Amino acid sequence: MSTELRARLDAPALAPSAGVFDGYDPGPYFCELTTPRPGDGGALALIVRRLAALSLEDFRRRTAQAERDLFNLGITFTVYTEANAIDRILPFDPVPRVLTAAEWRRLEAGVVQRVRALNLFLHDVYHDQKILKDGVVPADLVLGNPNYRAEMREFPVPFGTYVHICGIDIVRDEGGTFRVLEDNARTPSGVSYVIENRHAMLRAFPDLMQGITLRPVDGYGVRLLEALCDIAPQGVDDPQVVLLSPGIYNSAYFEHVFLAREMGVPLVEGADLAVENDRVFMRTTRGLSPVHAIYRRIDDTFLDPTVFRPDSLLGVPGLIGAWRKGNVALANAVGTGVADDKAVYAYMPRIIRYYLAEEPILANVDTLICREPEGLAATLANLERLVIKPVGESGGYGITIGPRASKAELEAARAKLLADPANWIAQPMIGLSVAPTLTPDGLRPRHLDLRPYAITGRDTWVLPGGLSRVALKAGSLVVNSSQGGGSKDTWVLVDE
Amino acid sequence: MSALAAAPLLARYAESLFWMARYLERVENLARVIDVTQTFESPGRPAQAWESVVRINADEIPFRDRYGPPAPETVRRFYLLDADNPTSIPAAVSAARRNARTLRPLISTEMWRQINEFHGWVTALSEDDIAPDRLSALCTRIKEAVQLQTGITEGTFFRDQGWLFLELGRQIERADQTTRLLDIKYHLLLPSVADVGSALDLSQWHALLRAAAGYHAYRRVHPRGLTPASVADFLLLNDAFPRSTLLCLRRAEGMLDSLRQRYGLNVARPAERLEEVRAGLEERSIERIIAGGLHEFLDWVQRMLIAVSAEIGNAFFRDWRPDTPSL
Repeated sequence: MSTELRARLDAPALAPSAGVFDGYDPGPYFCELTTPRPGDGGALALIVRRLAALSLEDFRRRTAQAERDLFNLGITFTVYTEANAIDRILPFDPVPRVLTAAEWRRLEAGVVQRVRALNLFLHDVYHDQKILKDGVVPADLVLGNPNYRAEMREFPVPFGTYVHICGIDIVRDEGGTFRVLEDNARTPSGVSYVIENRHAMLRAFPDLMQGITLRPVDGYGVRLLEALCDIAPQGVDDPQVVLLSPGIYNSAYFEHVFLAREMGVPLVEGADLAVENDRVFMRTTRGLSPVHAIYRRIDDTFLDPTVFRPDSLLGVPGLIGAWRKGNVALANAVGTGVADDKAVYAYMPRIIRYYLAEEPILANVDTLICREPEGLAATLANLERLVIKPVGESGGYGITIGPRASKAELEAARAKLLADPANWIAQPMIGLSVAPTLTPDGLRPRHLDLRPYAITGRDTWVLPGGLSRVALKAGSLVVNSSQGGGSKDTWVLVDE
Repeated sequence: MSALAAAPLLARYAESLFWMARYLERVENLARVIDVTQTFESPGRPAQAWESVVRINADEIPFRDRYGPPAPETVRRFYLLDADNPTSIPAAVSAARRNARTLRPLISTEMWRQINEFHGWVTALSEDDIAPDRLSALCTRIKEAVQLQTGITEGTFFRDQGWLFLELGRQIERADQTTRLLDIKYHLLLPSVADVGSALDLSQWHALLRAAAGYHAYRRVHPRGLTPASVADFLLLNDAFPRSTLLCLRRAEGMLDSLRQRYGLNVARPAERLEEVRAGLEERSIERIIAGGLHEFLDWVQRMLIAVSAEIGNAFFRDWRPDTPSL
């Protein structure tokens, strides 16, 4: 357990009379539990009443037990320091995040729509490039993108599906509107926590969900396996699926294990696979045994040292060749990184309209594209109110948060914008929704997001709910586990 | 072949199963050896018994480099606390857990959970925990932790090829460890042949049997009397005692046989080696073994088991290429 986590759990108990909701005030933000929403069948109020009936001591005891279980079960990620490897759990918050049936229907439809558009976009940019020729998305943005893989040109993938597993980061603003913050079309992680959090809730708080019907979350492995069998080479009766992992030292190894087990397929490392005559095999006790579909959890550039990074020890020499011959399926396809790029994100509403002739069901966060004159003008006129992001960077580098920036910082941002407008986008500050979260002071509002997971083979299926990540620090908008984030069980109600 | 029999097992998994079982068995036996060694401590010569623990593990040089001449405290620390010593209990538990981690897609959650908790506990032991008055209880707890894992495995682990590799590792390690347990007594006897047959000597043979959990079983076979030769006979050659070297080897042969019959694996070379060592035990009486030198014989068995492991490795873990690729 992390020290912060310990501090959270070992904090001195309040007087037993103190209700867990005493002093709870979501302020101007949308609260995922206490803001009234129509059509919940009374479930939200019931959950609040049940939570309020628990003492803080009880809450802490059960949460500590749940977190101990997660640790002992090895539902952990590993943090490596120079001296040793420390296993940590993703901190678990016991107050569920609840979505009504109607909210979920909309989210689900929006995710399906977005995945369709992402796949059509990828097919297009690797084939006819109509969207570039029509000037809807600037060609240099796509073709000059470091994640654009020329190896993918004119290469057909089954059902036109490139993004078989997609995680879409969604936030809710002050007005209660869901907005997409980011698409994850490469190897999104975190889905194992969705299922494990549900198990943890069932162990520690079985009384909380009594009589409330929730959409189940346990179908993920079966759906994933179906999708992988869908895309396996034709004519193979009983395709051998494997999950390709970088191995036990990868921080997401637990999730790789989880998914391999859920699917009942071998978890392989690069060295377990061999390519002969453009066919992929795994090394077994009886010799080489054919492999037909690979769910890979390693990045494009590590997949095959003969095509990408020659120094990659994680990959399999000849894998891309076997794939291009159609002898093995890869999920996700190579080259999807061009679609979940920040710069392309800004164009997603237009991409959806272009391919589907539909309005986006889920809005983007409003984004000004500074390569466009009107976007640049609006950005320059509102610098102190906007978040200005460079498109090429990731991990939050190079961002200027207008409302929190000094005059000098704003002027520096203005200069950079004018020097190379195409490298920038600008967005308003979003007041992310909050949910009651266990803190040393009782339940307090903390900001959170939602990452639903979609699986696409022949069709798209969305796991009900998704991963709710919560920023455990007061006021923080950063939900990442590396920066003090935790997670909650996500409940999707069914219609009464 | 049935669908189950046709399901392939990754060579890396097979290797990890084999070694996980070996490391765990090693931990259990080391706990047994340490426990019994404490009862071997004799007044005036406390270091001698502990020195033999170092010797049967072939750790004389690494031990001397770290701690100098063996003393009871340092030997206990070397095997119970020193994670940098690859033959220590914490190192062996870590190695078993590392294998278990590789095997998580295959083993049951309950197996993983127990080994994970065991590891957390054993790697957090401190100097206080290994004080002489707490040592026996500690050894019991370590032993029981391994037995718990063995029981969980028996009750939850899927019975396919993987199970056979796990059992193969367990039996080979157990066969080896029993020879080491016996060897500890040999070393202890050697410096003062005059003690042979004395009261002290007999009580130590009792202790040895108890360490192997074999005292009552031995009594069923030999209700009266106890001679060093009959104890050695029991531990090496009895055909019903679960820790006897001969029984372990027969069971290991059975595993190889199942791998061949049920899963079509080519077991010829390891099976040949295993048969050689098993026959070596079967065709000798204990009297002949002792006459030829007990220590030398035990050493031969240990070397043969290393050769068997090497053949298993070549046949299934590393030389993956079959004669004709099954395309």
